[in-house]
Amino acid sequence: MDLNLDAPHSMGTTIVGVTYNGGVVLGADSRTSTGMYVANRASDKITQLTDNVYVCRSGSAADSQVVSDYVRYFLHQHTIQLGQPATVKVSANLIRMLAYNNKNMLQTGLIVGGWDKYEGGKIYGIPLGGTVVEQPFAIGGSGSSYLYGFFDQAWKENMTKEEAEQLVVKAVSLAIARDGASGGVVRTVIINSEGVTRNFYPGDKLQLWHEELEPQNSLLDILNAAGPEPMAM
Amino acid sequence: MLLILWGVLIQFTIPIDNGDALKNAEADSQRTLYPYVTGTSIVAIKYKDGVLMASDMGGSYGSTLRYKNIERVKAIGKHSLLGASGEISDFQEILRYLDELVLNDNMWDDGNSLGPKEVHNYLTRVMYNRRNKFNPLWNTLVLGGVKNGEIYLGMVSMIGVSFEDNHVATGFGNHLARPILRDEWRADLSFEDGVKLLEKCMRVLLYRDRSAINKLQIAKITEEGVTVSQPYSLKTFWEFQAFHNPTAGAQGSW
Repeated sequence: MDLNLDAPHSMGTTIVGVTYNGGVVLGADSRTSTGMYVANRASDKITQLTDNVYVCRSGSAADSQVVSDYVRYFLHQHTIQLGQPATVKVSANLIRMLAYNNKNMLQTGLIVGGWDKYEGGKIYGIPLGGTVVEQPFAIGGSGSSYLYGFFDQAWKENMTKEEAEQLVVKAVSLAIARDGASGGVVRTVIINSEGVTRNFYPGDKLQLWHEELEPQNSLLDILNAAGPEPMAM
Repeated sequence: MLLILWGVLIQFTIPIDNGDALKNAEADSQRTLYPYVTGTSIVAIKYKDGVLMASDMGGSYGSTLRYKNIERVKAIGKHSLLGASGEISDFQEILRYLDELVLNDNMWDDGNSLGPKEVHNYLTRVMYNRRNKFNPLWNTLVLGGVKNGEIYLGMVSMIGVSFEDNHVATGFGNHLARPILRDEWRADLSFEDGVKLLEKCMRVLLYRDRSAINKLQIAKITEEGVTVSQPYSLKTFWEFQAFHNPTAGAQGSW
């Protein structure tokens, strides 16, 4: 077996979580691949844990789904016993518990984001191994390699909700442009004191990047639109 | 119902089936194979009033410098500082064990509190026992502290090797920092001289350790207590003629 200590497994997907002045915005692509085949081109990788806490899933689809399912189950019971909504920190710690104690078997990187009345909007990154890191923004999945530089330059504190969502959409869209394991649509989830909003950005709603062309229905449309006939008035 | 829930949570390790324990030597055993998110060197020295410990704030993910705000030196109880290099998730778990240890110590409410020697011993037992089960906590730990005037500094590795010394370093620090410390360390170092000495080591590590980042913290522990500095960056020097013109003597070389 290959014990390459320097290169962690890369994981299909691009996931992003960003805090803003009042809440968080989570974003993800929608491609699930089995080898080179795209098994699902419209997956929903932003999964609900509670009314106020969501998780972005990357890596093994099965592992991330089963971890979310267990944590949703635990949080449901926890909410009943506590008598009030669970906090983002507790949700992150439950994910950590499963990720850490089963580190030899699981291959999933997660970004937990949500809003609670004690701490406001919070993002927790939980990479392979089960480390928990609270961050103002987090990126994950194989597509995130292309976003480290982007966020170093584009991130700023105290953005508005609109600025934060635009940043997330731009980021996932840039990653999709370069990462073969990411693609499809950009989904976002905004969580704040008022509640949760889901948004959907198909390819034609996104801006074009380098060497990308405006989508057409057919070559025929281009040919027909090309210049006037010679000698026409 | 509460008990059942917590019971499930605490034991929640999904069972793996490596086969028949009779025929397969590795059945029913699990082991950590490799680290994922890692911290690099810790450098620590005893000085006149206590212990100084320096680390950078980086968490590497393979060759990517992924996390740049990880605190790798933490206060333990009233009398100790723990610094860790290696897998961060294992360090976080060790901090949880120590939290429980300190809590139980406080609950005795007898005026006694765990000193650095006791904490170091506890960690040594934990690390060695995990090593014996082929499931190590992938860390090298540095434990420093002061109790009743006695200044203590020690280290435990992931295989349970444990010792005390006047100056310790983990990872790359062993190779790059310790020679400097062997040469320049003295028992009566002032706080200022101690910090300068650590910064000399950290600067070398910054130049020569690929996983080092330029954002560090220096922690101090004395009889009075623990202080962890704010994160800061060190200036670096690049103004050698040979750096400006490395190929002057041999075109095409590096």
